[in-house]
Amino acid sequence: MSEVEQRLAGGAGPYHRPISLWWWLGNRAYLKFIIRELTSVFVGIFAVLSLWQVTALSEGPEAYAAFVDRLATPGFVFLNGAVLLFVLYHTITWLNLVPTIVVVRLGGRRVPDGIIAAAHYGLWVVLSAAVAGILLVR
Amino acid sequence: MAETIELTVARYRPEEETEPTFQSYEVPYREDWVVLDALNYVKDQLDGSLSYRWSCRMGVCGSCGMMVNGTPKLTCAVPLSDYVSKPIRIEPLQFFPILRDLIVDIGGFLGKLSSVKPWIIRDNDQSPHEGEYSQTPAELDVYKQFSMCINCMLCYSACPVVGLEPEFTGPAAIALAQRYNLDSRDQGAAERLAILDEHEGMWGCTFVGECTKVCPKNVDPAGAIQLYKRASATEWFKSVLLPWGSR
Repeated sequence: MSEVEQRLAGGAGPYHRPISLWWWLGNRAYLKFIIRELTSVFVGIFAVLSLWQVTALSEGPEAYAAFVDRLATPGFVFLNGAVLLFVLYHTITWLNLVPTIVVVRLGGRRVPDGIIAAAHYGLWVVLSAAVAGILLVR
Repeated sequence: MAETIELTVARYRPEEETEPTFQSYEVPYREDWVVLDALNYVKDQLDGSLSYRWSCRMGVCGSCGMMVNGTPKLTCAVPLSDYVSKPIRIEPLQFFPILRDLIVDIGGFLGKLSSVKPWIIRDNDQSPHEGEYSQTPAELDVYKQFSMCINCMLCYSACPVVGLEPEFTGPAAIALAQRYNLDSRDQGAAERLAILDEHEGMWGCTFVGECTKVCPKNVDPAGAIQLYKRASATEWFKSVLLPWGSR
């Protein structure tokens, strides 16, 4: 055993730094990541609300009217507003990350990230407009 | 302009103390110095007992990675002038065990690196006299970015998953696996997928994205891991949808 090893053997050994439960608060990037992850909860709430709507629809006009009335109460209006905001945040942050995942090569060159992101935003707008069109134009 | 700058450095001497402490040094401020120069000044002029790793001084060897004011940096690439109005706090790379002062234990990292088989795997190796495995510039371009890694471990120090789940293979190793998967000469993608298609492998990544931001060589480990996930998911869909087809 070398002198260094002897000294280390008698010492405290490697130090493992503890990680706080609040590790994500001290770093802006980590905080943004955690917020992005937490917005998934609101995506889940949106999915549950949609399933509830479909269920009400399948139960007939009266059940659906009751569902619509309930959605018009202040609590549900607030909840839907919050869900809309967080789902928008979730969607935008993920669409911004898409160029990292979708790598397209044309003519031996990688298509720039901006074009990939713009294409996805464009698709999002077109699909949203289509859904709005179906709902509003009868 | 300040003539000196304060350097607060983490110290850990396992034979003397049970946890790290901080020590401040006053070093000359020079516009042409990087943080590593300031550390070398401390070592040479003020306190020879300070321990840290460094070698090339030009962003190639990847030895001098440390936390500079909370961010993983290659200290040879950070000008002192970036911190002229504030004290500089230097700590060992986070999420690694500290051996002494600014030196961390990289044994776990090296084990993860070799676990992904980062070499060209062939079904049938041909002997050297049969000629080289040729490759076009376009084929090189597909993986070149991922081959620029210098193993500086800044990405591990930026990744909270590495800290929270020590078994996670981590950004550089997965990016390196992807570098070989994308190499037209390699035939080992299935072997690596078997190793990395686990929670401790690529699926441990939650896409925080900080690994890519701190990478001094623009390797984009986060991108490599997401591409790997996509390839794995494609393989899974193929196996479900085309059970008798070619996988």
